[in-house]
Amino acid sequence: MTSPYAPHTDAETETMLSAVGVNEIDALFDVPDAVAFDAEFGIPAHGERGARREAAELLGQNADLTEFLGRGHYTHYVPSVVDDLASRSEFLTSYTQYQPEVAQGFLQALFEYQSMLVELTGLDVANCSMYDEATALGEAATLSQRVRSVSGETILVPDHLRDGKRAVLENYADGPGLSVKSYPMADGRVDIAALAETIDDDVALVYAETPTVRGVIEECLADIGVLADDNDALFCLGSDPIALALLERPADVGADVVVGDAASLGMGTAYGFGLGMFVTREEYLRQVPGRLVGASEDNDGRRAYTLTLQTREQHIRKERATSNICTNQAWVALRAAMHAAWLGPDGLVDLAEDCVTRANDLAARLDEIAGVQAPVHSGHHFREFVAHTDQPAPAIVDDLTAEGYAIHAIDDHLIQISTTEVTAEAVDGLVGAIAEVTK
Amino acid sequence: MTTYDQASWKDEDDDRHEPLLSEKANERVAIEDSPLPDDLTRDSLELPAPAEPALARHYTRLSQMNYGVESGPFPLGSCTMKYNPSFTEDIAARPEAAVHPDRPDRTVQGTLGLCHRLQDYLGRIGGMDAVTLQPPAGAAGEFTGIQIANAYHQHNGDDRSEVLIPDSAHGTNFATAAMAGYSVVELPSGDDGRVDIDALEAAISEETAALMLTNPNTLGLFERDIERIADIVHDAGGLLYYDGANLNALLGQARPGDMGFDVMHYNVHKTFATPHGGGGPGAGPVGVTEALAPFLPDPHVRQRNGEYEYYRPDHSIGKVHGYYGNWPVLVKAFAYITRLGDAGLADASAKAVLNANYLATQIPYEVPFGPFHHEFVASAGEQDAADVAKGMLDHGVHPPTTKWPETVDEALMTEPTEGESLRSLDQLAAAFEAVHDEDDGTLAAAPTRTAASRIDQVRAARSPRLSWQALDSDQ
Repeated sequence: MTSPYAPHTDAETETMLSAVGVNEIDALFDVPDAVAFDAEFGIPAHGERGARREAAELLGQNADLTEFLGRGHYTHYVPSVVDDLASRSEFLTSYTQYQPEVAQGFLQALFEYQSMLVELTGLDVANCSMYDEATALGEAATLSQRVRSVSGETILVPDHLRDGKRAVLENYADGPGLSVKSYPMADGRVDIAALAETIDDDVALVYAETPTVRGVIEECLADIGVLADDNDALFCLGSDPIALALLERPADVGADVVVGDAASLGMGTAYGFGLGMFVTREEYLRQVPGRLVGASEDNDGRRAYTLTLQTREQHIRKERATSNICTNQAWVALRAAMHAAWLGPDGLVDLAEDCVTRANDLAARLDEIAGVQAPVHSGHHFREFVAHTDQPAPAIVDDLTAEGYAIHAIDDHLIQISTTEVTAEAVDGLVGAIAEVTK
Repeated sequence: MTTYDQASWKDEDDDRHEPLLSEKANERVAIEDSPLPDDLTRDSLELPAPAEPALARHYTRLSQMNYGVESGPFPLGSCTMKYNPSFTEDIAARPEAAVHPDRPDRTVQGTLGLCHRLQDYLGRIGGMDAVTLQPPAGAAGEFTGIQIANAYHQHNGDDRSEVLIPDSAHGTNFATAAMAGYSVVELPSGDDGRVDIDALEAAISEETAALMLTNPNTLGLFERDIERIADIVHDAGGLLYYDGANLNALLGQARPGDMGFDVMHYNVHKTFATPHGGGGPGAGPVGVTEALAPFLPDPHVRQRNGEYEYYRPDHSIGKVHGYYGNWPVLVKAFAYITRLGDAGLADASAKAVLNANYLATQIPYEVPFGPFHHEFVASAGEQDAADVAKGMLDHGVHPPTTKWPETVDEALMTEPTEGESLRSLDQLAAAFEAVHDEDDGTLAAAPTRTAASRIDQVRAARSPRLSWQALDSDQ
């Protein structure tokens, strides 16, 4: 079989071979015999329909569960128009905009994405994407080492940080010799007194999240900003664009860098596939990792867009680059911007308010079930909350799986439930199932 | 001879192209009567609020002012802009693929099974013993590979401080080594464009953690001395890293594992046809030999008692992505490999190499180094390579990568991929020919048929305006 995506007829192949002056394609490979591969991979070929069936059969083995899962990866309804427009091949099959004159469309879309993040955070400069929230946090940590006003080699993170996020951060911290330490959380949010005791001159960056991994809206962000400032440390805030539509502006609480997963807009559930948001202050502009789209003019005096400040990047600056990132998540950023524009500010704020009320309502209903206390944390919640169960949480999760629902067990007697786009029927079903399995 | 006029929506009243969304439909809403106390909320939010028809038209117009593989030839060297089969999109969009990453293993056997199969396929293709799918891009794969090398040496009580990289290597190699805390030792290329064995022997030492190599290299040349290079690196206790950017040259012809490489990354958005999406997402799986498998990222998929499960390799470096990497991209790569199989993959490389060699015979520019494989680096000679590129834009083709690698003057790094037909290669050659014959003044004014004419890069960098808010404040 030949590749179905190589269009050569035999006659064309012959024409080309004779132009090159060889008899067969194999003659073009300058591979010494000793390392030539003369076996088979053993990978069978399929027709298109067969390949689709193969993948469908595999994926069909996933259990069909109604998910009430969150803790960093969220499902929000993505309108059809986003799929439709983002699938246009001029977007989907294009490359990084090294030739801006022929790539104005994507550049403008990324410029618009950057602008939306500037509005949501109140900060000055957004890049056009990192891989995900965890790697964006890693980049924030290394940025703290390049910023002159900051000293110290400790990155301070909450002890309730998602394991995966911390593990990624540890890898980014490894090269520059940073150490990652944690400060205590209390009642699902930052214990500000404990943070004040933990922080010292050796801290280069303090990281906090709102909402926290347990769904609690952080109430002392401005205090964290002051603590960071007093210790010449950067304040890095983790959040997401939907929460930021409603919550305090990061710029107003002293945040120096905002990271987060912006794929909560535009992607829906995709097994952790993300969109790293990275926004910071103008004074750190030259230290920003990744690509930046800026406005300029073309020869005809019209406004036009281009990748700019590329001397920060690996293809120019090599080992002195701000990061090694090259391929990013541009297409996911395009989708997030489309989704945000489709919602508009009204729609975004409504969605964020729903994230508060739905979590409240479901927690209140669960709290009525004997043997369940919800939520366990005081304060306000966003999308999700933690509940205490008298019976062991892992067993409850197993039983719910059998009933067709997925929730988190985060401790022996703690479950966590996220409500995003689930229907009222699904919520009723979950409440009934929890009542049943906790009997 | 093909010419090209890209759609260009111009707003003649305001010296701009298609207005920004913010210029069309911005709205400010006050946050009031929210379910949260006022001190926890912002005061207002100002964002575009286009109605759906206006939104659809906005992005359709922007797409018309963009150029992809389906628009025309895209011979961007080192980027492997091959055709992205549509059916892979349908597979990645299947509802069963859209699961949450925190589901218990036994409820996502399909997802884990697909990952396990893809790990196996990539291992066979690269000649590697174990493969992780977690790195979300090629550069992330490099970082993973170098962290694995680092962990391996540390585990052996061997503290090494340097990574060797040829001067013609991708910029990411240098940046990756620095990110992982290594000093970079740059190896000058030999006169034939390949690794200079004497330079390598002079540079290698007990401090060498790894040599990062692309093969064929960025000039498209196979490193004929690869076995000797591997011996030199291994004898010094170092590891050999394979940058998979050029793997599309070798499918079915040679495998990095057989050449002596210990660790490699695959760029699935290059070799395995997943769309580049205007700069990403990609995926950069990493393959390793058995000796390095215990250091792979956490978690890794294995099959046990008929079920797939995640586990943490004994000496894992930890994580390089918050979850499991760029899952939808991996699904597309799986679909592509499943479609092509052994023979199709080998034919893809064969036709990619044929296309590059044919095209090189049809263009008026000299190609100083050979024999090359899936790409070649021509020299624009007396012309400015950047101007050549701008000139080519007016002929309905995307230009090559320019001015890199620096080992060729005014480099035009050209990779047509297997997807181009004889006819489109001839169109591409005609574009080279036309630009070659153009006078410098005309080229300096190019392009004229694209949505925007030549863009002022200096102005963009001198006073950076990176958001619509910055436009308002400056003008």
